[in-house]
Amino acid sequence: MSDIKVTIIDRDNVEHTIDAPTDMAMNLMEVVRSYELAPEGTIGVCGGMAMCASCQCYVLSDTELPEMQDEEEAMLAEAFYVEDNSRLGCQIPILPEMEGLKVKLAPES
Amino acid sequence: MIKTDILIIGAGPTGLFTVFEAGLLKLKCHLIDALPQPGGQCSEIYPKKPIYDIPAFPEVLAGDLVNNLMEQIKAFEPGFTLGERAQTIDKLDDGTFIVTTNKGTKHHAPVVAIAGGLGSFEPRKPPIANIANFEDKGVEYIIRDPELYRDKKVVIAGGGDSALDWSIFLADVASEVTLVHRRNEFRGALDSVDRVKELKDIGKINLITPAEIDQVNGNEKLESVLIRKNNEASEEILLEVDHFIPLFGLSPKLGPIADWGLEIEKNAIKVNNSLDYQTNIPGIYAIGDVNTYPGKLKLILCGFHEATLMCQSAYQRIFPDKKYVMKYTTVGGVTGFDGTKKEAPKAVVKAIN
Repeated sequence: MSDIKVTIIDRDNVEHTIDAPTDMAMNLMEVVRSYELAPEGTIGVCGGMAMCASCQCYVLSDTELPEMQDEEEAMLAEAFYVEDNSRLGCQIPILPEMEGLKVKLAPES
Repeated sequence: MIKTDILIIGAGPTGLFTVFEAGLLKLKCHLIDALPQPGGQCSEIYPKKPIYDIPAFPEVLAGDLVNNLMEQIKAFEPGFTLGERAQTIDKLDDGTFIVTTNKGTKHHAPVVAIAGGLGSFEPRKPPIANIANFEDKGVEYIIRDPELYRDKKVVIAGGGDSALDWSIFLADVASEVTLVHRRNEFRGALDSVDRVKELKDIGKINLITPAEIDQVNGNEKLESVLIRKNNEASEEILLEVDHFIPLFGLSPKLGPIADWGLEIEKNAIKVNNSLDYQTNIPGIYAIGDVNTYPGKLKLILCGFHEATLMCQSAYQRIFPDKKYVMKYTTVGGVTGFDGTKKEAPKAVVKAIN
């Protein structure tokens, strides 16, 4: 079991620093759900297929993340409240090198 | 008034399979769905995506799963009210229910099964100040009647298939079509993208990218929109339009069901999972992704199981005095309401000399 610390700022602006497992094939959206940092039904609606943008978050740390693929880019092109640092949590796998990652959940739309 | 035995709210995989299990018990079903086609998320969000955890299907596309279910339930002749959202429920003195849709269609049944998934799919509304003031006064999130746009100036926003396809369609109907998208790239069928380019080149579609609609203006009704190009104030365009159609896809919302007096937890309906998936209101069941109970998993295969047990309970409720034992389809076959009968071929008894 190997965990990394990640910090999530929820939609009520509350900061949570949590342990995220790197060995469970989890993505950031799933970590947020497992800690119930956003109500069920308001995040990960499509299940993680980059098809709903309900897991959009703003990356606040300069952590290096996997490059954005076409599906994620296309979804963000249609999502609301998109900023330059927007990513979809479901497309970010939790990897050991992401220790210290800090993100803020985008508003529900 | 539509009358049926089990009124199913939601025509996704769980709702569709309920028709089959009910049919084996000779109960008739009618389904209501806010989407214009059956299949729920499987048809609307990911028809081309494979599913790997349907028992005995090593791999099946979500769209094919829906087609198979429709084929499986055909003989039980389900009724459909599509493109309408279940709005209100009334319990009558005899314990039966009347469910009315947002368009006023009334349905009467002794049992209601909510198989509503994540809720009804509603258009995603862009966060533009005042936009609510112009809804149905020039701003429409869904195109219901294209004739509304005949000889009008229309601006469409979005970058997916529906934005492309409606731009193409309305290019021949409206007097002026402008398509605004945040990126230069569109995500849609290739021939739709090519067609929009052709129409742009001959001046039938006015394409503005990368740009966003920033403001909507008007008095009684919509008169103009402010388009911001390249995210630069210096590149703002005030466009006179009669209609603004934002097409940013759909997102599910629990919606009016949340006000039916059902016990809700985590955006889902609490049910009794040790027995029959009934809600706190006797006669109303909740099955599939829409329900919750300890250990709940939102899987299609779990929805199928829940539907099966729920139908047994519904039967008892509708026919409290009838004795019944479950029959295997291999033994009893499947007798449709349409007169068809499927059954296992009889074994031949023949001596070997």
